Amino acid sequence: MCTNKFSKPKIKNMAENLEIKELDSVAVRFSGDSGDGMQLAGNIFSTVSATVGNSISTFPDYPADIRAPQGSLTGVSGFQVNIGAGKVYTPGDFCDVLVAMNAAALKTQYKYAKPNATIIIDTDSFQEKDLEKAAFKTPDYLGEMGIDPDRVIACNITQMVKDCLADSGMDNKSMLKCRNMFALGLVCWLFSRDLDIAFNFLKEKFAKKPGVAEANIKVIQAGYDFGHNTHSSAANVYRIETKVKEPGRYMDITGNKATAYGFIAAAEKAGLKLYLGSYPITPATDVLHELSKHKSLGVTTVQCEDEIAGCASAVGASFAGALAVTSTSGPGICLKSEAMNLAVIMELPLVVLDVQRGGPATGLPTKSEQTDLLQCLFGRNGESPLPVIAATSPTDCFDAAYNACKIALEHMTPVVLLTDAYVANGSGAFKLPNLAEFPAINPPYVPEELKGTWTPYMRAENGTRYWAVPGREGFQHILGGLEKDDKTGAISTNPENHDLMTRKRQAKINNIVVPDLEVIGNKDAELLIVGFGGTYGHLRAAMEEMNASGKKVAMAHFKYINPLPKNASEVLKKYKKVVVAEQNMGQLAAFLRMKVDGFVPYQFNQVKGQPFVVNELVEAFTEIYNK
Amino acid sequence: MAYTIQDFKKGQPRWCPGCGDHAFLASLQKAMAEIGVAPYDTAVISGIGCSSRLPHYMATYGMNTIHGRAAAIATGAKVANSKLTVWQVSGDGDGLAIGGNHFIHANRRNIDLNMILLNNRIYGLTKGQYSPTSPRGFVSKSSPYGTVEDPFRPAELCFGARGHFFARAVATDAAATVDILKAAYNHKGAAVCEILQNCVIFNNGTHESVYDKAGRAKNAIYVKHGEPLIFGENREFGLVQEGFGLKVVKIGENGITEKDILVHDAHCEDNTLQLKLALMGDNDGFPVALGVIRDVDAPTYNDAVEAQIEEVKAAKKYHNFAELLETNDIWEVK
Repeated sequence: MCTNKFSKPKIKNMAENLEIKELDSVAVRFSGDSGDGMQLAGNIFSTVSATVGNSISTFPDYPADIRAPQGSLTGVSGFQVNIGAGKVYTPGDFCDVLVAMNAAALKTQYKYAKPNATIIIDTDSFQEKDLEKAAFKTPDYLGEMGIDPDRVIACNITQMVKDCLADSGMDNKSMLKCRNMFALGLVCWLFSRDLDIAFNFLKEKFAKKPGVAEANIKVIQAGYDFGHNTHSSAANVYRIETKVKEPGRYMDITGNKATAYGFIAAAEKAGLKLYLGSYPITPATDVLHELSKHKSLGVTTVQCEDEIAGCASAVGASFAGALAVTSTSGPGICLKSEAMNLAVIMELPLVVLDVQRGGPATGLPTKSEQTDLLQCLFGRNGESPLPVIAATSPTDCFDAAYNACKIALEHMTPVVLLTDAYVANGSGAFKLPNLAEFPAINPPYVPEELKGTWTPYMRAENGTRYWAVPGREGFQHILGGLEKDDKTGAISTNPENHDLMTRKRQAKINNIVVPDLEVIGNKDAELLIVGFGGTYGHLRAAMEEMNASGKKVAMAHFKYINPLPKNASEVLKKYKKVVVAEQNMGQLAAFLRMKVDGFVPYQFNQVKGQPFVVNELVEAFTEIYNK
Repeated sequence: MAYTIQDFKKGQPRWCPGCGDHAFLASLQKAMAEIGVAPYDTAVISGIGCSSRLPHYMATYGMNTIHGRAAAIATGAKVANSKLTVWQVSGDGDGLAIGGNHFIHANRRNIDLNMILLNNRIYGLTKGQYSPTSPRGFVSKSSPYGTVEDPFRPAELCFGARGHFFARAVATDAAATVDILKAAYNHKGAAVCEILQNCVIFNNGTHESVYDKAGRAKNAIYVKHGEPLIFGENREFGLVQEGFGLKVVKIGENGITEKDILVHDAHCEDNTLQLKLALMGDNDGFPVALGVIRDVDAPTYNDAVEAQIEEVKAAKKYHNFAELLETNDIWEVK
């Protein structure tokens, strides 16, 4: 662990004629081959920036190919970091600085750069064969792409890294692994970042390999010095000052890690063993990775034979008295549905994490969508109500996971927690939570005094079935997938009883109290933007941009989708115009129309596998606004 | 505390009169009483099918779950709460067709489950379709011209999945059934008990050659670890090894004495001969092997999971959520 106190960024000896731009936020996109370490460079840059109090939002854009050929167009991996003086809500639509470590990266990633963006390229990776692999037709790659050479910082990074490490005794391959650090050093120079923080990060990361840490540090410094010495070749230099600071201790966290932490925190609060039954699936696997590390907290993870067993074993673990979780993505939900339904009828606590990706079928495994909502709400046989919660940002995954566990345990029900690839892989500055301040989790254990009279479907006042964990004498009982008699708990096909049990299961979910829908933005808004889950940042940025331009816009974002917040209907009917924006063909809109009489919203739907683009949202919403 | 059969009994079974499940249920309850684990520390977990109704007639904790998933659900229950004694009950359809994947992986992982496979070679609950243990050519409602597929042989599947325990009994053979159930309980790890069980309605007589005492005297061999493999109404036959296979010999003929007979070794790590024993029968001139065929010690998954947790607990410096947070790169904004 390293704790760095906030310190003002040191401005190194800049030449006087240098134009220094003060910006509210700046997005940097590191791109290169999958093996070029772009994510590490991005992570260090975001940590360094966060340490000085900037807000951060990151987004990795992985290629679908596991190991595409080096230098090929399909092998390019990107990592975008948005840093802000105030709050940033998204990783940024387009970047201000694009680092392209090879020709293929420039070719595929330039579309994410702003028209006036600074482009950093490693000219050593723009040789004839590199250009050929990247399908450039001429040696004039900049001209071919219409890039103004004045905006390009062209440097022979590979050669300089080799020169820099010539005396290190490292082999060629190891030296080349440090190229990302040269680019990072250069970017740090552009943004006047304090290199000491980066150095500390590397010393921690490579604590067991001091040689590697030393080499990386040397190369960062070289990149920084190169930027400094050749500043005239850059069009702009940026400074991001910190405007708003919320005091506290922070860490950088991805959505998947925050989700795993939420589960751990909830298990500790509830005093239960945390059990994860899972099967690897992109983009949810990091939750399995994270939880499997923490055996010292007693976390039990079982990598099962399939998605079905992942969920089924979690149902077994829940019956046996654990906080049971299963993690997956959309295709896995298809397979888990049957066991989820079993947990519905047995009324056992279970959290099902769905890190949504592009579908249908295998779809776009590494890309993001919100297309599983209706599947999770309704994709099971019979009347099968269960709560659905959606996390709104990487850091919100923690709260969402905690609350999903709390609802599952206190209401004896499976709960679906929806995140998505964007939220799961993105990161943000996470203020360390104090578990003591979190609400208690109290499962409805069957009271001892009911021994002798208790039957499995006796309910507490709020309609929740009591939990009798095996090992307790006198509470032996049988649960199962067959309908049971309300009074005796025996198998029953009685028509009146089935109708009654169906209604009781529904009422139990309806009775769950969730926080009211919060409305932010203009109080006299003429347009209300509505969304759910991972689009929060983009919708909020669009709203703020519209309000800044004098329009009256508000926003209501759903975290709790089933049951809906009590004030949902009132909020949705209050505004002249409502637009429901989602990364699907209108699933939330359909659900809201089903639940709110007479609600007919405008819709904005996009299913591209990519995050929303704020400019596109503003344009679409403005059109609706002006109608 | 000593338990009686009554402590494990509940309700009135609703299987067809004459169904082998009745007899098996009584043996299971008897075995549990003799084993002596409290009903409240016992969970019986089944899937779907006639035999999967069994947990409803047990005064233990239990679940009658969904088709095929009993082994997976039982896995979660045992791993999450290893103090529980878990009995997983499936039929041949539940365990080997829709649940085949979970069956093999529970064996491979060696979860400490007592896995009961009630094999009547038919789908009874859906009224008479062939199952994955029905013999080739089997005529049923869904195979009016006979099946054109070979059946699973449960032992082969168990051994192929690196199972360490396999035993077999006939449902109506109470004493032998109780014996293998107790052996399964005493074996730490996945313990498969194949129960040859008759379906009076849809597959009557499927295990006819060994279903009654007289039949077993002629056509079965009770195998017991450390004892010679001798069988026959007058214990006149024995098994010997010949080449890569087994051979039936008559004691007293051709100079064969009891000393020449192969002695059963259920504890042998190499399962070659155990498999040969398990595959005998079905009109091949060999007797059907009953009893504990394989019983080899091996580390269980659930014990290993717990041991690893303890090991990591001792090695790592963080043991609660607050300490976990501190393992990250943290910065402070003042």
